[in-house]
Amino acid sequence: MPTAASLRRAPSRRFIGRGGRCFAAAVALPFAIGGQAAAQGAPSGALSCSGCHQPPGADGAVPSLAGRPAEEIVAALTQFRRGERTATVMDRIAKGFTDDEIRAIAEWFARGGEQSARNSQP
Amino acid sequence: MVVVGGGFAGASCARALKRLDRTLAVTLIEPSARFTACPFSNPVIAGLRSLEAQQFGYDGLRQEVIEVVPLAATAIDVQESRVTVTDGSTFDYQRLVMAPGIELRFDALPGYDAAAAERMPHAWKAGAQTATLRRQLEAMEDGGVVVMSVPASPYRCPPGPYERASLIAHYLKTRKPRSKLLVLDAKDRFSKQSLFEPAWQRLYPDLLEWVPLSFGGEVTAAEPSAMTLVTDFARHRADVANVIPPQSAGAIATAAGVADETGWCPIDPVTFESRLQPGIHVIGDAAIAGAMPKSAFAADSQAKVCAAQVVSLLRDETPQAHKLVNTCYSLVAPDFGISVAGVYEPRDGLLAEVEGAGGVSPADAPASFRAQEARYAEAWFRTITTAVFG
Repeated sequence: MPTAASLRRAPSRRFIGRGGRCFAAAVALPFAIGGQAAAQGAPSGALSCSGCHQPPGADGAVPSLAGRPAEEIVAALTQFRRGERTATVMDRIAKGFTDDEIRAIAEWFARGGEQSARNSQP
Repeated sequence: MVVVGGGFAGASCARALKRLDRTLAVTLIEPSARFTACPFSNPVIAGLRSLEAQQFGYDGLRQEVIEVVPLAATAIDVQESRVTVTDGSTFDYQRLVMAPGIELRFDALPGYDAAAAERMPHAWKAGAQTATLRRQLEAMEDGGVVVMSVPASPYRCPPGPYERASLIAHYLKTRKPRSKLLVLDAKDRFSKQSLFEPAWQRLYPDLLEWVPLSFGGEVTAAEPSAMTLVTDFARHRADVANVIPPQSAGAIATAAGVADETGWCPIDPVTFESRLQPGIHVIGDAAIAGAMPKSAFAADSQAKVCAAQVVSLLRDETPQAHKLVNTCYSLVAPDFGISVAGVYEPRDGLLAEVEGAGGVSPADAPASFRAQEARYAEAWFRTITTAVFG
């Protein structure tokens, strides 16, 4: 059984000097999402999508989004929002997002979504 | 970083933190060796699914270099930024995420204490209680009476009791058709009611009876030795009794000073930081998340956003406001799924619904639509459990 001493943790000092690497990662991204210079930069709403939309390669009823062309996702969400595309739940969800938000989410997924967040570590 | 609680919210947050910053030391404190998921535990109760399909270990998290501590947090020292666990070991944190889930309140319904829960299971935390309720239903003779007691809001999983009622009714209809199910509710309205009630009329007439608050549905006392649930109007004798008692945030939340007088945890809707204790974030069922319901989908959404906000705060960056989505599926029958969705945004200090978005499945959808939603429900469960525990 581990002892209290061996498990005692000092506050992490890992964050000194990270600022430079953060900036470099942000510059490496092809798009700067307004107000989100941080490396993780997931746009508003995007993080909820993976609740149902699984990573590429997984087999299932709900399509994966990561790596799809941004225009494809923009078109789909816009059609869902307008009720022009057959949906069970996506119409109700798409109505919660503006054109700008849809564009930002689509571009984030086109770049890989959460997978690219893993790759853009500082 | 320390995360207390390894359910959907805590485990998802721990993984999201690591995904955003591999150099972060992330410790997850969770006393259970395995997690048993509540979503889809109603099909287990109804004999449609195995309990094993609900169980997930923490090796997936360990492989992400998350330290999983198999002990319970017993104290949080907010001055020292330190968590103590059951063997006296301590963990210092820069920021703390608490996802302690719910506490079943055994002081809220007279006669319903921890001992009563063995005779009249709640099965509102999945695992042994799920198996107990299933066994009781299997042992009940045809012609027996099942009685459910459903609490007032807020509680974990608003539509959950009604999915359970639906699937128990399905079990009775197919296996013990002379039996009855009585649902005693402390409320007059419930989630997806406009879909559940017509479906019950069509699928389970003369079998399932729902008694709302206004018609004497509120259970005021439980008498487990007599297998009786008492309301203001009647004493209901049950062959099987499922009591879902009132709830609050997990006890460690109160110990940490992040729960208010309601027993739930008020939070900042942008960062999920506690309004009562700076430096501590609360996510999942324990949080007062405004219009966002206490669901596994919501817990996972909150976890991922919270992780992004925590990383921003650790880097002295300004957190940006995020919208969040919830989608809750319920099975009215094995091939009949319904859903409620919502999009939420920080507004006036709370998470509020984005107007014009969300809502429930259409009222007059064909059987193929219901079957498709049932399939999406299973797909959601597989996706989220793989993402969080896989």
